[in-house]
Amino acid sequence: MRSNALGWILLAPTLVILFFFGVLPFIYVVFVSFHSWNPFAANPEMVFNGADNFRRIVFDAEFLNSVGVTVMFVFFAVVSELIVGYLLAQAFMKDFPGKAIFRTIHTLPLIMAPIIVGSVWKLMTTPSIGIIPHYLDEWFGITMNIGTSATAAFTTIVIMDVWHWTPLVTLTLIAALVSLPPDPFEQAQIDGANKRQIFWHITLPMIAPAVVATVFIRLMDALRTVDEVWMLTGGGPGSATRFVGVHIFKEVFPKTNYGYGSTISVIVLYLTIVACWLLYVTMLAPRNTKKG
Amino acid sequence: MRKQSPIIGIIFWVIVSFLTLFPIYWLFVISVKPAVQLFSTPDVILSDPYWGNYAKVWGDRLLRSYMLNSVIISTGNAVLCTILGFFACYALSRFNMAGKESMFFWTITNRMAPPAVFLLPLFLLMTQVYAVGDWRLLDTRIGMILVYCTFNLPFAIWTLRPTVEGIPKELDEAAYVDGASPWKVITEVVFPLCRPGLAVTLILTWVFAWNEYLLAATLTNFNARTLTTGLSEYVTTTGTEWGIMATISVFTLIPALIVFGLVQKHIVAGLTFGAVKG
Repeated sequence: MRSNALGWILLAPTLVILFFFGVLPFIYVVFVSFHSWNPFAANPEMVFNGADNFRRIVFDAEFLNSVGVTVMFVFFAVVSELIVGYLLAQAFMKDFPGKAIFRTIHTLPLIMAPIIVGSVWKLMTTPSIGIIPHYLDEWFGITMNIGTSATAAFTTIVIMDVWHWTPLVTLTLIAALVSLPPDPFEQAQIDGANKRQIFWHITLPMIAPAVVATVFIRLMDALRTVDEVWMLTGGGPGSATRFVGVHIFKEVFPKTNYGYGSTISVIVLYLTIVACWLLYVTMLAPRNTKKG
Repeated sequence: MRKQSPIIGIIFWVIVSFLTLFPIYWLFVISVKPAVQLFSTPDVILSDPYWGNYAKVWGDRLLRSYMLNSVIISTGNAVLCTILGFFACYALSRFNMAGKESMFFWTITNRMAPPAVFLLPLFLLMTQVYAVGDWRLLDTRIGMILVYCTFNLPFAIWTLRPTVEGIPKELDEAAYVDGASPWKVITEVVFPLCRPGLAVTLILTWVFAWNEYLLAATLTNFNARTLTTGLSEYVTTTGTEWGIMATISVFTLIPALIVFGLVQKHIVAGLTFGAVKG
């Protein structure tokens, strides 16, 4: 081992940048969370109000509702992405004509900006101009209106998220599957294990780190999603798609409660970190340190 | 492996591809329709395309400068994040520094911040604290390159770490024994071996920076405005110009498509995000 000084020199630029653009803004947000403040008013005045904002959160039905909606969204979206992503990754493990082309096509949604994804899905699903409600009505007689139906809006967002992010899941799972050693599978086949047994007892445990890593990054990004949802439904109808990120956005911009918005952000960030930390120490870190 | 008819496989992939491509195809359809036709019955088959929106967008000097900004900012950010991320991962994998696991986890917490609230402190810091003399960060390309590090640098570190860990330490030691300096070992021995991971990191960070909207909309004004923020300028009080929006979207897609296509092969080899392979 060389001297640790070199290690610190190599880490220094990263730490400096993250300090100036991550830690300092965070300290500011924590400071504001103890105040009531509307920075967009003519006379923006920051009034210290102690822990009032934090007390308010506990009784804020809209916030609690947004947490519930977010948890439901993350659950449905991530589970669907894992299932669809795994099936596609398995399908990509075989050789077939045109595989490279199909794989490129499948990864295309990944390169689209969330704001554009939101716009396209809005164009496809808005009643009167959208193609999906039009043909649902013409072929099946189903009326779909994301502007008035909470179920339709929520389902559309889950489907949009699955469409946008499954490719990332597929790619990470392919990366995990190609690196698996063949011996355990051959052994299991010789022992007469069926497909389901092979999946549960061999494949799944071996790709578990990749699955957890995927859940980790999707969870983290889904919790702060705003662009797509804001563009598609604006959080509505009512509060059906008002995810935590959207709730904060609404508190800060239309309602201009910056102090309270900061408090919610601090709490949400704290909860996200705790959730991810638990996932990390229990599932990912042991494997990293074992190897290192 | 069981043999099955290739027809079923082909049908399966055609359906998957159709579902994947349809929204992108629809974006294109909207972009080649004159505004009046948008509200009539939607046609799936494209007939008689109208290229007026493309002429309008391409003829717009402002949008062309936004595109140049987008290219410079996302490329600068991706290169910076990949190189710094690589250095950080090298440090984390080769040295026994106190608290390095906590530090590794801490980096990613920067990516978790809900964006709406963090816009204002960044705005204030960039106008006031980080502006020294004539030098300022708000509405500059450098400023945006640095700001995007908040979410891209952690991502780079997390994607690259398993790749760097995967390079045997014996190689470093052998090079040291041969009398190489640490700098030479890092840049000429380890760096080239990490190529697949570096390529993936570069591309994904590039795409994330290229697609970013909220920060760019708040922290740029004119000089460093990016293409995605150009979109929002067409959502006006008199209504949204969907055709123009779709056309700009198509313009944002093309460079991403080219960049992504170039490295398709490497992507799978280098994508791990913090999970040790095998």
